[in-house]
Amino acid sequence: MTALHRGLLGAALAILVALPAVLGSRALSVFVFIFFYAYLGQAWNLVSGYGGQLSAGHAAFVGVGAYTTTMLAMHAGVSPWLGMFAGAALAALLGAVVGFLGFRFGLRGFYFVLLTVAAAEVCRIVALNTDAVGGAVGLYIPFTGNAWQLQFQDNRGYYYVALALMLLATGVVALVERSRLGAYLMAIREDEDAAEALGVDTLRYKLVALVLSAFLTGLGGAFYANYLFSLQPNAVFGIPLSVDIILRPVVGGSGTLMGPILGSFILSPLAELSRTYFARAGLVGTHLVAYGLLLIAVVLFLPRGAYPPLARALGLGRPR
Amino acid sequence: MDLTFVVQGLLNGLLFGGVYSLMAVGLTLIFGVMRVINFAHGDMMIWGMYLAWLLATRLGVDPYLGFVACAAVLFVFGFLVQRSLVDRIVDAPHEMQILLMLGVALVLENVALSIFGPDPRRVRSPLALSTVWLGPVFVDVARLVTFGVAVGLTLALYLFLTRTDVGKTVRAAADNGYGALVVGIDVRRVYAVAFGVGAACVGAAGALVAPILPFSPSAGLTASVSSFNIVIIGGMGSLVGAFVGGLLVAVAESLGAVFFSPSLKELVSFSLMILILLFRPTGLFGRRG
Repeated sequence: MTALHRGLLGAALAILVALPAVLGSRALSVFVFIFFYAYLGQAWNLVSGYGGQLSAGHAAFVGVGAYTTTMLAMHAGVSPWLGMFAGAALAALLGAVVGFLGFRFGLRGFYFVLLTVAAAEVCRIVALNTDAVGGAVGLYIPFTGNAWQLQFQDNRGYYYVALALMLLATGVVALVERSRLGAYLMAIREDEDAAEALGVDTLRYKLVALVLSAFLTGLGGAFYANYLFSLQPNAVFGIPLSVDIILRPVVGGSGTLMGPILGSFILSPLAELSRTYFARAGLVGTHLVAYGLLLIAVVLFLPRGAYPPLARALGLGRPR
Repeated sequence: MDLTFVVQGLLNGLLFGGVYSLMAVGLTLIFGVMRVINFAHGDMMIWGMYLAWLLATRLGVDPYLGFVACAAVLFVFGFLVQRSLVDRIVDAPHEMQILLMLGVALVLENVALSIFGPDPRRVRSPLALSTVWLGPVFVDVARLVTFGVAVGLTLALYLFLTRTDVGKTVRAAADNGYGALVVGIDVRRVYAVAFGVGAACVGAAGALVAPILPFSPSAGLTASVSSFNIVIIGGMGSLVGAFVGGLLVAVAESLGAVFFSPSLKELVSFSLMILILLFRPTGLFGRRG
């Protein structure tokens, strides 16, 4: 990264910080979605992009974080700012259990993918059948507009929290990328047998990546709950949310630091636009057809995502 | 608890197991031959259901005859998906294949949602009206026929794979794709046939289950996840495992519904899967490696 690139990055950041001064509430809400999905995508990127362990059930961690935070706030009066860490810890625990089941005995890839799907489904069914957490109706979060409750009178508050979340996750991933853990993870992704032969404790590092990723994703659940004000098992634990989380880093370039952010800047506005446009036209499900086609197109024509060719064009970064 | 309920649950589960077996056999065939997990499996199944529904409501074809047409359409679909999409990335990392099939699943489910809407539908068959009493327990004739046809199709597939030349090339390609290529088998064609046959299995399963259960586009995912469960329990890539696993999971779920609550029956199969992963991670009939 040259001084010029650094300068550009700083300028982009300054613009993002200043934006709420000029943008209206509706435009800000699009940015909130961009940042939040970039955040979730970045957390996913850690285990699936760098570690190569594809999770198709990250919604489970969002849901566990969201439900835990909300239950603590509603029944024990715990502020979501604190409750989110309890939610994240539970999500991390779930990640540890899933990872332990999926990574043991040298079981590879396929089992892990199916297990993550199963974990999210188990959470969904349990939530649907547990009256204490609202069952199929779910939970509705009362609006207080109190910042201590992670709620804000207008979108500016949410904007800055979402921006901070995105920067936090990107910082964590940047640290991991440069650390020993990151090197091990990439070695595991490229060739697990070779990594193991060289003495990398593959089980351990895959688990660490998953637990860290689950923790961050669970943290995001608190934001999800207090931005949308309602939690339904089918929405918060459903496969569509898991796919939403996967899609952005894959489109942007999984296993790259900027991929999830780029992917979210491309996809989130499109998703918002198509959702409102198609909904107005009374077409249910059409935007998901478009998602599916996009996913197919990216896999076939841009399997490394949009970032690597873009980075090359800008003369950035090392080719992988 | 009354013993009759338990026997009835056991019987209902076993009869439903035929459909589960057929679904799982299709999935395990695709996996065994290509090492590709068909994430669109359940969504192919709902298309089998809606095709059966279209045939029954528009042309008056009974689903117990219509399933042949559904299987044929799904065969062509699976063949084309393999040829035009999966074949391009068969050597890519497996996560790419999964993402690709996830894309296909999204398209299939939501095209069905756009056309048919979210309301549950049901196909009427005259058979669904009759029951036979065996002492204190009854047998739903529709379920019995569904079971018979599903088991028959699974057996036919087994014979196809072991007795016919095409079937033997499929097994050869599954055992060693490179070796098959060396002895002159057109492996790409075999892959397409296997994908088509797998899709036809689940399409037929969909058509056969349509007169028994109401269905909606969102059922696809649940069906996919059930198929994954069964295949993990039976052993990935094992046909016998998929068949036995299907019966086993169906009976377990049915008994779970009797002893606990119907809405929790899926948890029973998940628990079964977790037990298998803990104690016999390669599945009941799986081979190591």
